[in-house]
Amino acid sequence: MNAIKFLFAAYIATWVIHGVYVGTLVRRFGRLRRELKELGKGK
Amino acid sequence: MKRLFPILSVLTAIFLAYALYLALVKAPTDALQGDVYRIIYYHVPSAWTAFLLFFINFIASVQYLASAKSSRQTAAKWIVIAVGVVGVVVTFLPQVQEQLKSFGMRPSALATTVVLIPVTYFLVGKWFPGERMDVLAVTTAEVGVVFCTIVLVTGPIWARPVWGIWWAPGDIRLTSTLVLWLIYVSYLILRRFSNSAQTQMLAAALAVFGALDVPLVYFSIWFFRTQHPQPVIGGGGSMDPRMLDVLLISWMAFLCFAFLVCWSRFRLELLHREVEQAHAMESLAGAEVRAGVSLPLNRRAQ
Repeated sequence: MNAIKFLFAAYIATWVIHGVYVGTLVRRFGRLRRELKELGKGK
Repeated sequence: MKRLFPILSVLTAIFLAYALYLALVKAPTDALQGDVYRIIYYHVPSAWTAFLLFFINFIASVQYLASAKSSRQTAAKWIVIAVGVVGVVVTFLPQVQEQLKSFGMRPSALATTVVLIPVTYFLVGKWFPGERMDVLAVTTAEVGVVFCTIVLVTGPIWARPVWGIWWAPGDIRLTSTLVLWLIYVSYLILRRFSNSAQTQMLAAALAVFGALDVPLVYFSIWFFRTQHPQPVIGGGGSMDPRMLDVLLISWMAFLCFAFLVCWSRFRLELLHREVEQAHAMESLAGAEVRAGVSLPLNRRAQ
């Protein structure tokens, strides 16, 4: 039973890491798109 | 193209869910380790994916370094062809075959891996010309680091109930993997914080040295005494075929996911460079306007 905890911990850790990374990608996309739009308006 | 990404994302999500179902339900339980061995279905595919991404990063970095001069480009092309040809010929020499078999390696598998070097080199050169080569390098390094982080996190989680310890200090497989992760993290830090014109060249050179650690990590369990389990493929491992099938399906699912993440990261890097270029153009335009205003003032002063 105790070993199952480790199994789920490993699977959850994997998806948390992927989730955090994909989250940062989405955030960076949003920031860059905003910046590009502002630059376009400035012209 | 815009529709392709969401469609592939949905298909990959289904594939990953299927792989998870196989890993947790369909794969048989290990007689010695029990269910905790199922960590292998995330740990090993993540490691293979990280190695593949670092390999692509290595090829892109070599291409980028070679692209600086046409003479260097021609030399690199012939070196890569020579590596492929000599590598394949050597793996079929009887003495080498015997040596490989004693390590439990299949010569055909090694020959295929060697052939992949020139094939990937020319494909990368064809599909990612010029600046895109550098974009590919940074993309594969970053996504590779994410997968390598998962390897370093899931490994100790598996080791704790099986070995009784989180980490085996001094173990060559574990230490070399940590060194590999540190090299690529330093690669990303260099790219993030250096503004020198030479940054891309320096990063490419660092990536070439970093990639040399990948074979050390992979083959360390063949050539050194280590606490890490023996390889499950190509190393004379005796894995249940049902477990092996699940492992390969899981790897395919992770490869699809890695491809989508790389695609997004690649587009992000292109957008980032576009924004930087737009900022530079704006600064240049601003400087021109200021120069235009100050010129008559200077003339008035004269």
